Amino acid sequence: MTAAVLNVEHLRTHYFTRAGVVKAVEDVSFEVRRGKVLGLVGESGSGKSVTGYSIMGLVDHPGRIVGGRILYNGTDLLALSEPEMRRLRGSRIAMIFQDPMMTLNPVLRIETQMVEAVLAHEPMSRQAARRRARDALGQVGIPSPDERLQAYPHQFSGGMRQRVVIAIAMLHNPDVIIADEATTALDVTIQGQILSEVQRLCQSHSTGLIWITHDLAVVAGIADEICVMYAGRVVERGTVDDVLDHPAHPYTFGLIGSVPSRNERGQPLRQIRGTTPSLANLPQGCAFRPRCFRANEICTNEPETMSISSRRETRCFHPLVAQPT
Amino acid sequence: MLSSPRSATDLTSGEAARAAAGLRLVAPDAAGPVIELRGLTRVFRKPLDFAARAANLLGADIREEVVRAVDGVDLSVQPGEVVGLAGESGCGKSTLGRMVAGILSPSAGDIYFEGRRVAELKGQARRDYALAVQMIFQDPYTSLNPRMRIRDIVGEAPLVHGLTSRAELKAYVREMLSRVRMDPQYDTRYPHQFSGGQRQRIGIARALAVKPKFIVCDEAVAALDVSIQAQILNLFMELREQLSLTYLFISHDLGVINHLADRVVIMYLGRVVEEAETDELFARPNHPYTTALLDEIPRIETRRRVYQGIKGEIPSPLNPPSGCYFHPRCPHAMPVCREVAPPLKTVAPGHRSACHLNDRPA
Repeated sequence: MTAAVLNVEHLRTHYFTRAGVVKAVEDVSFEVRRGKVLGLVGESGSGKSVTGYSIMGLVDHPGRIVGGRILYNGTDLLALSEPEMRRLRGSRIAMIFQDPMMTLNPVLRIETQMVEAVLAHEPMSRQAARRRARDALGQVGIPSPDERLQAYPHQFSGGMRQRVVIAIAMLHNPDVIIADEATTALDVTIQGQILSEVQRLCQSHSTGLIWITHDLAVVAGIADEICVMYAGRVVERGTVDDVLDHPAHPYTFGLIGSVPSRNERGQPLRQIRGTTPSLANLPQGCAFRPRCFRANEICTNEPETMSISSRRETRCFHPLVAQPT
Repeated sequence: MLSSPRSATDLTSGEAARAAAGLRLVAPDAAGPVIELRGLTRVFRKPLDFAARAANLLGADIREEVVRAVDGVDLSVQPGEVVGLAGESGCGKSTLGRMVAGILSPSAGDIYFEGRRVAELKGQARRDYALAVQMIFQDPYTSLNPRMRIRDIVGEAPLVHGLTSRAELKAYVREMLSRVRMDPQYDTRYPHQFSGGQRQRIGIARALAVKPKFIVCDEAVAALDVSIQAQILNLFMELREQLSLTYLFISHDLGVINHLADRVVIMYLGRVVEEAETDELFARPNHPYTTALLDEIPRIETRRRVYQGIKGEIPSPLNPPSGCYFHPRCPHAMPVCREVAPPLKTVAPGHRSACHLNDRPA
């Protein structure tokens, strides 16, 4: 089994707003292994993006990481100074965001932005940096990379722009890439192209990938392991086959039933009742309790994470999978 | 019970039974299509500005930018049917939906509503059409007026059109809200007090309030979380059975289309490339674009797949390729595909496809 390159242990990120403390990430643990893909799945407000920002050290005021450890090759990222963190960010750990227009500077040529990204982490001549940038564009399947280096971001289509962002993320062969809804805004055929590039690059460079998405179907195709998040907590973790074929947490079960492609046409979908609770005002105990079909009195207590088998965990008093005695 | 002219009680028992069974309410000979499109076209042009006109006078050759967003679409929708309209961004599916709903006027071609040409409708007949065809939009945040209370959003149109009286308005609105499974007590609230899924329900209540026959859903579940999307899809199906509605369901998500639609129409750059019953289309896609699209759908059952991706980008509608619009990306492109746009041809009963491959000698 490949070694873990990133260990997130009991991560807690809170936002201190005037309306109260919002526990965006509460006791989240997982590990990312080299060349493997971890799918971080959840709906809006589940804390999946904030988990990504926390790893990158990009949590802004009024948010703060209030507990836990993020171990990168054994080093706790939370103990690093900002200059030390800056050396890792973008070179060893990179992030891809949903909207490439937000990541790219609209008034600078792609070449300027890429050369800057190369030189920020490795001293070399501008020519060498430019060659590195060109090769990176070629690697992600951008035709005539030499000319495209001269273009501005608006001259690319959405899919091509996302390729540029991926090329920038791959410039320094990072050990971990965090992709936050990276294909959500793209058309299906373009999403397929991007997924194929990411898959190929991560395998050939044995990069660990965290794929953050709300789309279970995409995760099913790309991930090795899945963490399902709900209201800031990981409610279930396991291999992709275990989680999707035999979900343990009632939320995961409901989520899978909500995906239309799986069901018979015209039959009602097995929906989850109610709506996602506000993180500022969570129900007492298990946050999923008011929407859960298995909840009873015991669920007003906070459930602990318990393991079902090796590499398989859930946070539920009434898991749908038998637990070891 | 609401005094609806089209409530479920008014159906003949046979129709109701079929509706309850989730079957299609199609009687091809009896009723004729609710909506029929013939050669429907919409062209958007950007007129030349002063500088460009001046430059042209001096001998420059600056042309108007013209987009044929919808290009000669023929389509008919039978009563009770759900037609899924699928395609990627820029394929004209939303423009088509807006023309059907009467928000945009066609540049050429005709829309027939219950056999009558919409362009010729006047007065009451025109208003009847406007009420009978309603639209539900993608973004529940921008499609509701933030300064109006829910009771006004839902109640304004039925009051203006005399579907209810001022005295009965409150009860009418509450009836509509409970129909979309919302708490009727919320009628005095404003849109910002609701979540995305609830706002989409309000949008649906607004559409239902004028007792439509035909609803255009333009990416109506695309902005919602998966669990909320499932709730809204279930609601659409319930309403279809209760009110015997006909839907044009526009979505980029073939999983959703497969789940909901009786018949699927695939568009690419303004043209219909394939049309068939849902089972037929998903089992035996004919057009290479449809095949590619179906291959690309992520499925929850498919694990650790190796993504391939069809080559190439979606061309700009400003400057579409010659001949078949799909030929630069098509793995089977032949010389003829570069020159001649293939017409839609019947390849099997109820199955039409626009591809030159079907003309090859067997």
